Formats: sequence, structure tokens, C-alpha cells
Amino acid sequence: MTEMTGSRAFVKALEKQGVEHIFGVSGGALIPICDELLDSDMRFILGRHEQGSTHMADGYARVLNKVGVAIATSGPGATNVVTGLATAQIDSSPVVAITGQVNRAVIGTDAFQECDIIGVSASVTKYNIQVRTPEEIPYAVKRAFHIANTGRKGAVLVDIPKDCTTLSGDMVFPDKVEFRGYNPNPVPNSQELDWAAKILSDAQRPVIMAGGGVIASGASKELVEMAELLMAPTATSLMGKGAIPGDHPLALGLCGMHGTMQANMIVPKSDVLLVVGARFSDRTTGKIADFTANTRIVHIDIDQSEIDKNVETVTRVVGDAKLALQGLIDRVKQQRLISTDWHKRIDEFRCVFDYETEKNGKYLRAPAVVRALREEMPRDAIVTTEVGQNQMWAALHYDAYEPRTFFTSGGLGTMGWGFPASIGAKAAKPDVPVVDIAGDGSFGMTENSMATAVEEELPVIVVVLNNNVLGMVAQWQRLFYDERYSAVKLKGNPDFVKLAEAYGAEGVRVESLDHFRTAVRRAKEADVPTVIDVPIHPDENVMPMVPPGMGLNDTLWEAD
Amino acid sequence: MGGRLMPLSTVAFLVENQPGVLFKVSNLFRRRGFNIESIAVGAVEDTRYARMTISVDADTKTMNNMVDQLDKMVEVIKIKRLDPLRTIMRELLLVKLSTNDPMAREDALRYINNQHGLVLDIDEENIMAEVTGEPGELDQFLEYVKSIGIVEMSRTGITALEKGRLQL
Ligand SMILES: Cc1ncc(C[n+]2csc(CCOP(=O)(O)OP(=O)(O)O)c2C)c(N)n1
Repeated sequence: MTEMTGSRAFVKALEKQGVEHIFGVSGGALIPICDELLDSDMRFILGRHEQGSTHMADGYARVLNKVGVAIATSGPGATNVVTGLATAQIDSSPVVAITGQVNRAVIGTDAFQECDIIGVSASVTKYNIQVRTPEEIPYAVKRAFHIANTGRKGAVLVDIPKDCTTLSGDMVFPDKVEFRGYNPNPVPNSQELDWAAKILSDAQRPVIMAGGGVIASGASKELVEMAELLMAPTATSLMGKGAIPGDHPLALGLCGMHGTMQANMIVPKSDVLLVVGARFSDRTTGKIADFTANTRIVHIDIDQSEIDKNVETVTRVVGDAKLALQGLIDRVKQQRLISTDWHKRIDEFRCVFDYETEKNGKYLRAPAVVRALREEMPRDAIVTTEVGQNQMWAALHYDAYEPRTFFTSGGLGTMGWGFPASIGAKAAKPDVPVVDIAGDGSFGMTENSMATAVEEELPVIVVVLNNNVLGMVAQWQRLFYDERYSAVKLKGNPDFVKLAEAYGAEGVRVESLDHFRTAVRRAKEADVPTVIDVPIHPDENVMPMVPPGMGLNDTLWEAD
Repeated sequence: MGGRLMPLSTVAFLVENQPGVLFKVSNLFRRRGFNIESIAVGAVEDTRYARMTISVDADTKTMNNMVDQLDKMVEVIKIKRLDPLRTIMRELLLVKLSTNDPMAREDALRYINNQHGLVLDIDEENIMAEVTGEPGELDQFLEYVKSIGIVEMSRTGITALEKGRLQL
């Protein structure tokens, strides 16, 4: 036991967790903590808005598979964190947010900058806790990190009243915290493995769908081994991109509303579908009845509550994806007698992207731009995306070759996530090129994070697919609302080149694909961030597409 | 109540006895669209924990998911779906009946006695009674006394323990 202030104890507790970076914005309730941080080696990356800094912590966490720490003051600071937490939580990203709170004596009195952030954040966190005494701080931090980073990972919030940071107490730093109600068990049950292995071994037309859980558990090697063992075509959800290298012969690409033709055609033709670490989002399955009509689903997930939530399975394995796949591989190897060449059908459905039309008048074609970007980037480059057409173009045309190289706000679809997340990613891996594939609307939402990127010397690249429109919404209006464009035109967009320059970053507007390639090469070498403004036709659609409410079999290749 | 197609499903679970836990449990029900019919909660012998009993009107699939979602909460220590055949369920009712009329008073006392209730308070105008029983029995009792005139009433919600060696 050592006597020290709450803020000292807080900083020490973070250090004990191995925290190196903190993303946040200061404020009244945080002054004692920020003061204490001056004497620590942890790097405080100062955001310009707490939403942005929380996304930075999220991007950082996803890249390193390590808890990302976001910090914000009470009241508006805390409410600004909420979008960041919801985004991290639904994508199972380990983020711990620390919020300042008013003094204990005035909690509940609507004091200045008081907000009931425990109530507000309850639905968007895995766990949250308000500290009641200075002595609780080390425990709360330990608990928060443990919960955020084990089982199905997620977002945790710790709310610390200001007087708990200024007062002193006898501090104990626990090595371990115990929970009676929280013991995630990653080890799969062997009977469940036996059943699942039997079904997989008998499959005539096996298909695998990999989700974010494969990446979270580091099971890519096992996934590929399983795919090769079964000779199973393997699709991914948006969160699963990178689980199997995009250029692997069995890789189908993305499945779902904007899935690839081959993925959307093959998945419903399977007789057994092995789903690993995915949660059957409506965007991935299309119409559920069609999705499950002919296939039997074997579901692996660490989160028991995902099993049978959206889709009925024939059998399940609850546990860590890596351990589950290892268990299944051992069993299937011994049992499987069938060999099929059904995977050869992949090519029947493969639609080849039309490279010829790179340009459309003065505009570049978004798929061509994304493919060129892929070619200019090393295999281990990191890509984040915004939300909308840009996200789907990235998902369809940017092959991820390694896990933890492609990041997107899959579950919440948070516009404005990609740019700050890319800054967090760059802080995590300064030596790897990091690109945000952006839309002009999304970039506008958190573009002020540029100040942080410049200040912290984190030279990320932003490729703005600039169609001067909230493109994805406009696409729906074009296809399903008689081209009645309402509330989508972005006539007042800034000049993104000048905007970048105003922040002290580089900006370049490109006019051809070659010009784009040159700009990317230059940006990779730059020591300031670069914004590459790419003119895209406002009417360009993302294709293929499954019309809303339809099944994967109804995927359209062209918009007419 | 009444007019229900399915019997209620009941779950019992142990939670950390801390401020905010009830909020988080009810928030989870609201968020996932589960409809609570009755809820009862109180500390157990080890006062660090409290036991909650919740009854819902839900199909098996919804119910299973509800149990999984609750089980996932850090504050929930253990949870069990109760099998009605192996469980004793009870609920307590406080009811104040309007008994100005001597006939009404007589009827009221008879119904209360039949249900082994207790008279807790009595004056010229009202009788307050305590009645315990299975939830269905209380529904039935209320049906009977309705004509007498219910001034006000309060039910505790279903509480339950499993029989014999079974336990949470
Ligand atoms: C914070 C937020 N607000 C609104 C939406 C709804 N939304 C989804 S896509 C989209 C348009 C995105 O426009 P832009 O960033 O320009 O990308 P584009 O689709 O043109 O590539 C909108 C408004 C959202 N996903 N997130």
C-alpha cells in the first residue's frame, strides 16, 4: 500500500497496463490527470474533438490488438465519446474510455458539465463503471482493461469524479481482478467439435464465411488450412476482410449487399456453410430465408448470445475461433473421405472488373482508383475506410492480403471514422503506410483531426473519392426513389487541396490514373499527411448490389 | 393480465448487489425489445449479491437469447431458466377493498379467508389484505374481489425457488 493521489494512481495503473498512447481532449474535470500525465512517458495525442480521438484509440486498438485508451472531460467531452464507443463496441474493438466527472458531492444536482455518462453509455459499452473512492481507481482500471480485452472484446467506460483524482488514498495495485460474473471461456467443448466435424466431413459443397472473429483471434492461418482441407470457397463479411488473403485461389471476397458476384452466388449454393466469428448482420446475409434455404450452418463464435440470434444453425461451437478451427482441423483430417471439385465453380460466377473504362469524362472511375491504390501499396499497408460508396468500393476492389490491414466501421457504419482511425493506426505502426479511403461527406465529419495528424507527425494519406454528394444515399435515391435527390448534394464542399494546405498538410487533385499513382507514391514518402482529391462522377453506382429485402441470389451486376 | 397464449417464462439470476445494476438489467430488456411482465429483486444471504426473478411473455427463441444476453452482463453471476414443473412460484398481493357496505365486507372477508389471506388493516370504509399464492391464484382472487371494489393494489412480482436439490 502506498499513499498517493487518485490521479497519480490512475496514471500508474495505466502504465502497469502497458499503455503508451492516450487519445483525447482535456477539460476541467481532467486537469489533475493531465497534470500527472506530464510526468509520465505515455504520449498524449491531443484530438480536436472527442469523437475523433476515440476513433483514433479504436484504430490503434484494431491494428495492435491492444487496448486503445480514449480520454475526455465530463459533460460534453463525455457525450462526444459516445459515437466512438458505439462504433468500437459493435465491431468488438478493445477500447477503454476514461471520462472525468464532477465532484462526488454534486453528482445528481445537474452541476456544471455534469452528464450521467454511465446511463448514457450503458447501451453502447460492454461494461461501464463509476469510481466511488480514490482507492477504487487502480481496480477500476484493471477491471476495465481486462473486460475490454478478453472474450468478445469491446468498449468499456470508466467515469472518475474529479475529487477522486485530487484526494489521496492508500493505493493497492492488484495483479489480478476476479469477477464472479465474467469468465469468458475460449476453449471449445469437444462434443460440439465432434458434431461440427462430422457435418463438415460429409459436406459435398462446403463453403466458409469468415468474420471479424477470425481476425480478432488471430486464426487466419487455421482458416486457410481449413479452407484448403475442405477445398471450400471462402467468403468474408466486411469485418472479416483480410482473414484469407484476397488473392488466395479459394477466396471469394466479400459476401452481402455489396458482395462480389462469386461470393453471393456460391454462398447460397453450399450444402454446409461454416461461419467463423461472424454474426449474420442483415447486410451480410441479405434476405435470411434465402440465405439459409439450402444450406446447413455450422457456427463458431466466442459469444454464446450470437448463436441462433439471427440465423438458426444446425450445430455450433462456442469458443475462440483459433482453438475451434484447430480442433475441427484435427478431426476433419481423420474423417473426411469426400473430395469435391466444386470450388472450380467459383470461376463460373467470377465477374471481371472492366479495366478499360478508367475515366468517365473528367472523372476517374472509383474502382480503378482503388485498384491502382492497391498496386501502389505494399502488402502490409493499412487501409481504413469511411462509410458509403467509398467503403464498398474499398471492400470490393482493395484486396487485403493480411489480417489487420483493412479496417472499417462495419457494424455501426460511422461516417467520419476512417480518418481519425487511420491516425490511430499510424501511431500504432509508424513505419507502415496508412491510407484512409474516404468520401467527401465522411471526411467532412472529422476532417479537423488533420490538426492532430500534422502536430503529431503522423503522415497518413487520405484518398477522397470526391463525388460532391452523399453518394450511397444518392445511389439509393437513384435506384429506388425515382432519382429524387433529397438532402444529398454537397455543393458547399471545401477545396480539399487548400484545406490540407491550411492545416500544413499536402494536398493534390489528380486528373488521371497515372497522376493518381504518382501522387500516392509521393504521399508514401512525405513526412506530412497528404490529401488526394479524386474527382468521381456523382452518378457512379457501387455494383454489384443486392436490392434491399432481396436474397444474395438476386444480386444485380448492373444498375438497370 | 389474462388472455395469454403462452405461459410466462421465468428466469432467476444472481447479480452483484450494487447501484446501477437494476438499471442495466432493465435497460438491456428495453434495448433488445424483451417485455417484462414481472420483476422481483432482493439481497440474498450474502448481501454482496441480489437475486432477481423476471417473468416474460416470450417464445423459446427470444427467451434463450434473453438468457444469453443477461448471462453476458458482467454483473450477472449466474442465471437459470426455471422449469415450471420443478419450481415453486409465489407472489404477494396487497389490496385495499372498499367495504362501506356490510355485505361487501362479508364477501371480502370470505374471499380473503379462502385464499388464506391476512387482514392487515380495517376501518369503516376499507379492508386491506395481504394475499400470497401462485400468480394465477392471485389473478383469480382479483377477479373475485373486483366486484367489491378495489381501491388500490400492489403486487410484488413473481419470486421463485426450485424444488429439492435443484438450485441456481
Ligand atoms: C454519422 C453518419 N451519418 C449519416 C450516415 C448515413 N449515410 C450512410 S452513407 C452516407 C453518404 C456518405 O457520403 P460520402 O462520405 O460522401 O461517401 P460516398 O457514399 O459518396 O462514397 C450517409 C449520409 C452515416 N452512415 N453515418
